[in-house]
Amino acid sequence: MTALSPPLLDVDALSVTYTSERGVVRAVNQLGFELAAGETLGIVGESGSGKTQTALALMGLLPATAAVTGRAGFDGRNLLALAQAELNMLRGQALSMIFQDPMTALNPHLTVGRQMARVLERHQRLSRRAALAEAAVMLDRVRVPEARARLRQYPHEMSGGMRQRIMIATALLCRPRLLIADEPTTALDVTVQAQILTLMRELQAELGTAILLITHDMGVVAANCDRVLVMRNGEMREQGRVDEVFYRPADDYTRDLLAAVPRLDAQRPQRLAVIGAAEVAPSGREDYQPTDDVLLQVNDLEVQFAAGRAGWFGPRRYLRAVDGVSFDLHRGETLGIVGESGCGKSTLARAVLQLLDGYSGQVLLLGHDLSELDRARLTRTRRDLQVIFQDPLASLNPRMTVGDIISEPLLTFQPELSRAARLERVQALLGKVGLQPEHVNRYPHEFSGGQCQRIGIARALISGPELIICDEPVSALDVSVQAQVINLLMDLQQEMGLTLMFIAHDLAVVKHISHRVLVMYLGRVAEIAPRDALYREPRHPYTRALISAVPIPDPQLERNRDRTLLGGDVPSPLDPPSGCAFRTRCPLAAARCAAERPALRQVGDSLVACHFAESSRP
Amino acid sequence: MTGATDTLAAAPRGRSLWDDAFDSLRRNRAAMIAVALMLTVVVLVLFGPLLSPYDLYSTDWDRISQPPSVSTAHWFGTDDVGRDLFVRTLYGGRISLLVGLAATAVSLLIGIAWGATAGYAGGRIDQLMMRVVDVLYAMPFMFFVILLMVFFGRNIFLIFVAVGAINWLDMARIVRGQTLSLKKREFIEAARAGGVSPVNIVRRHIVPNLLGVVVVYVTLTIPQVILVESFLSFLGLGVQEPMTSWGALVNDGAQVMETAPWALMFPATFLAVTLFCFNFIGDGLRDALDPRDRSAGG
Amino acid sequence: MLTFALRRLLSAIPTLLVLLALAFALIRVAPGGPFDSEKQLPPEIEARLNAAYYLDEPLWQQFGRYLGGVLRGDLGPSFQYREYTVAELIGTGFPVSLRLGGLAILLALAVGVAVGTVAALRQNTRTDHVAMAVAMTGISIPNFVLAPLLVLLFAVTLRWLPAGGLGDGGPEHLVLPVIALALPQIAYIARLTRGSMIEVLRSDYIRTARAQGLSSREIIFGHALKPALVPIVSYLGPAAAGILTGSVVIEQIFGVPGLGRYFVQGALNRDYTLVMGVVVFYGVLIILFNFLVDLAYRWLDPRVQL
Repeated sequence: MTALSPPLLDVDALSVTYTSERGVVRAVNQLGFELAAGETLGIVGESGSGKTQTALALMGLLPATAAVTGRAGFDGRNLLALAQAELNMLRGQALSMIFQDPMTALNPHLTVGRQMARVLERHQRLSRRAALAEAAVMLDRVRVPEARARLRQYPHEMSGGMRQRIMIATALLCRPRLLIADEPTTALDVTVQAQILTLMRELQAELGTAILLITHDMGVVAANCDRVLVMRNGEMREQGRVDEVFYRPADDYTRDLLAAVPRLDAQRPQRLAVIGAAEVAPSGREDYQPTDDVLLQVNDLEVQFAAGRAGWFGPRRYLRAVDGVSFDLHRGETLGIVGESGCGKSTLARAVLQLLDGYSGQVLLLGHDLSELDRARLTRTRRDLQVIFQDPLASLNPRMTVGDIISEPLLTFQPELSRAARLERVQALLGKVGLQPEHVNRYPHEFSGGQCQRIGIARALISGPELIICDEPVSALDVSVQAQVINLLMDLQQEMGLTLMFIAHDLAVVKHISHRVLVMYLGRVAEIAPRDALYREPRHPYTRALISAVPIPDPQLERNRDRTLLGGDVPSPLDPPSGCAFRTRCPLAAARCAAERPALRQVGDSLVACHFAESSRP
Repeated sequence: MTGATDTLAAAPRGRSLWDDAFDSLRRNRAAMIAVALMLTVVVLVLFGPLLSPYDLYSTDWDRISQPPSVSTAHWFGTDDVGRDLFVRTLYGGRISLLVGLAATAVSLLIGIAWGATAGYAGGRIDQLMMRVVDVLYAMPFMFFVILLMVFFGRNIFLIFVAVGAINWLDMARIVRGQTLSLKKREFIEAARAGGVSPVNIVRRHIVPNLLGVVVVYVTLTIPQVILVESFLSFLGLGVQEPMTSWGALVNDGAQVMETAPWALMFPATFLAVTLFCFNFIGDGLRDALDPRDRSAGG
Repeated sequence: MLTFALRRLLSAIPTLLVLLALAFALIRVAPGGPFDSEKQLPPEIEARLNAAYYLDEPLWQQFGRYLGGVLRGDLGPSFQYREYTVAELIGTGFPVSLRLGGLAILLALAVGVAVGTVAALRQNTRTDHVAMAVAMTGISIPNFVLAPLLVLLFAVTLRWLPAGGLGDGGPEHLVLPVIALALPQIAYIARLTRGSMIEVLRSDYIRTARAQGLSSREIIFGHALKPALVPIVSYLGPAAAGILTGSVVIEQIFGVPGLGRYFVQGALNRDYTLVMGVVVFYGVLIILFNFLVDLAYRWLDPRVQL
């Protein structure tokens, strides 16, 4: 990687333009960068920044409607000017790409072996048998257990992490010199993400592949890249070595972007920086004092779903989405609920909201058991129990105006209000959530994701609820917009004395906004602790692994970090391990863990469900 | 108090999805041409007979099977009993279009009611209702229509009902499928969590989102229905004389195809053009209402 | 697999029963009887005829008797064609219709899928527009217009092919009827394929295949074709039952002695047993084809659970 050898990839004035009857859109504008052999360059930006378009342009995968100009020198040839046949020779062989969602990126109709073998048959002219053998070797390399058996399976029969490994294996089959990875871990759980990124680093060291890593996650960049390029609206804002850019950003946008990311190692609660804002308000809220006023009480909640039978006359099988969860929620606090996919947090939310067909256990709001209320009383109680969903656009009826959407709860809970009175409240609330009064007649699809989420928040607030359940409300938003929405929620909580149940998979976000945090695993509670205690002194081995896996946007910290990687995958909820559900992946697992399911007990400031919670970090 | 309503009045109206869809349709040249053609046909069919000196029934024994001529004002020629084909073609158009619309309306009403109920109710009721649909699908429907025609005579209202009854199954399936997928959308969950009653959910949230699919399907059903009616005419079971339809005219014309091609050509052209246009418009609507490009930026 | 077949079989039985009951009821409640079209019969003879055909028994008994017959394979005698049983009529008519229909389906699949695929690959070019316009025309012209036109062109004017009948069973007699039968199907399948193929080609996994350097040909045949066929299979299943039981129009115009005309004749003449027989037959075919369609789904898309 000396400065004297020619770069592997030399991009100069790359532009991608789309022309339609709506006008001209420059997805990428005069982008230039270099990539040396064996190096990892991270391209980071928010949605619309053009990073994916750049990758697709380099691979020649853009649709015919895209006009691509510029030069991309690879191996002495201009990638952008190659004929189809020549391009096909390079793709999959010298130049490979992996995509974000392995579920849709792998062909669901072919076995894994077939898909992998095809690449080898095509590029290296191997026979089917030889190709399959090679594929098995590669699968071993990416640590897919039982490689031979996997070759005969279909993608949908495997977990997300496994599928991404297969994608990586397929991309590396011909030892490419350049691997383009487009958000390779965004669709994966954070512990799996850590595994995959580590794997990619190892393979890179072994094979000498250069990696172009496209991501929106600054933490991932800090942990995995040598150099970084920041993009916004199709243009390059800054590029350079990772330390330079992170510690001494020269560009405003880069600086704001770094400041807007909630960090797992942040010390005190503060407002997140907002991109483009004049200055950062120093501190957001007074520290919350826990009260005894219990607003919501959940006792031994269990939710199961029927999952067919094993064979014709076998016993009915059930999927335990929530398997014995209990906690209290105090007035005015924010309880963050965090866990990876399949942990049951969304099901928990729906159970509390009484949106499921049935559950066992109790959900008590202000002392009333919600499942025992009749329809009319339940409807009245809903006034105090509102919700904000994950997908901002999907949670709004596309055929209703914003005004109608926000005022619908008033029709339900306060039908005596006149039209004018309703309008007044809508106007007032629009202002409070940061929208304009003129927006009242517009339709949801005319707004951005962040604005749609504000509409959702306004709808949740309009009847003055006590408790709002937030189900991954910022997961689908860009970092900068995420910061705005989080700030808004925190402000509103302060102003209106709201109680929040905040569900998310992003630990940093949860840490930022919560007072207490509940960690879930496979439908059970692993740990409940006050925020600082959880992050400073996590007691449950799973919590430790989780925290360890989250990349922090600080390159030096990442380099010196001691990582405890969690291996394996989450077990199937159809067939949970006996005793402690985490024991199959736990470094502390012992015989007792298989025999006896650990109960939640007090250890220090936290409630932990682990037999060995007192032991120090391994 | 009035401040709020004033602001409401002043607030600019947003572009609904319908607005976007119409714009998209307007830009589809082929679809626009089809719409123009359709309108021309409709106008002709409604007002054309006024232009002609002849009427639907009168036979002109001096001029049987005459080719089209301007001098005799038999612009489309005459048929084998001397009736003017121009007027008959246009009157036939009225019947065909009427059957198309009425029968489609029948299938629409039954299909939507059935499909939306099954889809929203879910569970057992859904299973039962769709089982009925499955069983009915296994019936040779054409067959039963024929039976009905045989038993109860060739009443035009019966034709509406019978032909409409053939297509409601498809409509029910589509509406049910759409309702099922709507039920899973987050805004329906949001409405339930917001305490909105099931009746209001169906009214405010489900039905408006069904209309797109229904509209597309209606424009694609009308040509099928018209074809079914023409098939009935082929069998001799269509509308009774002196009423006529394009199907009946085409059938008559096909029989004298070699000697009097105009008798086939004019009604067949009208039929084909109408079916063509409906299909094209349906396609255009389907593309225009396709929600694929809808996404809010992050 | 076996459980799947058994389950299907079990659920097919109530379907058939309901079907038969419906048909039975419809026929019986309608005004008029099977012998009305005859010249006026003296009452004793009419009574004896009715007794011979069990028409004087209570309805449910007649139904039961009929069901028993069905299980033995006896569909009863035809009222109209007195010398034949319904089973015989179906037995002679069906093979003819089957041959025509089967060939038509094969032709429609081959040509329709090919045209649709080409149109999808050349989306929005002139080839595409022309192909789809032609396909649209094919759907917009009723086949009782198309068939005579074909006869006019190829048989009368050009004298390349015979105008009708099956003659000695030579292939030239089949060409025109098969084409006439297949044309509207070709048009519909072409449109369906185009839409489906476009969808599939937009998928992420096709993009991955391109990123792996596979050629267009490999991508179409190896990756895109199977999933694109799913909607065509959905359509063809029920449609095949209709096609194979004979198109009334085609059989009439080309003078082919197939099953289609028995359909219509039976209905027109109130030939009870023939009607019931046809309903049974058709129902069985539909159930069979739905079963085949589900098997096809499994083959086309491994995610489908049986």
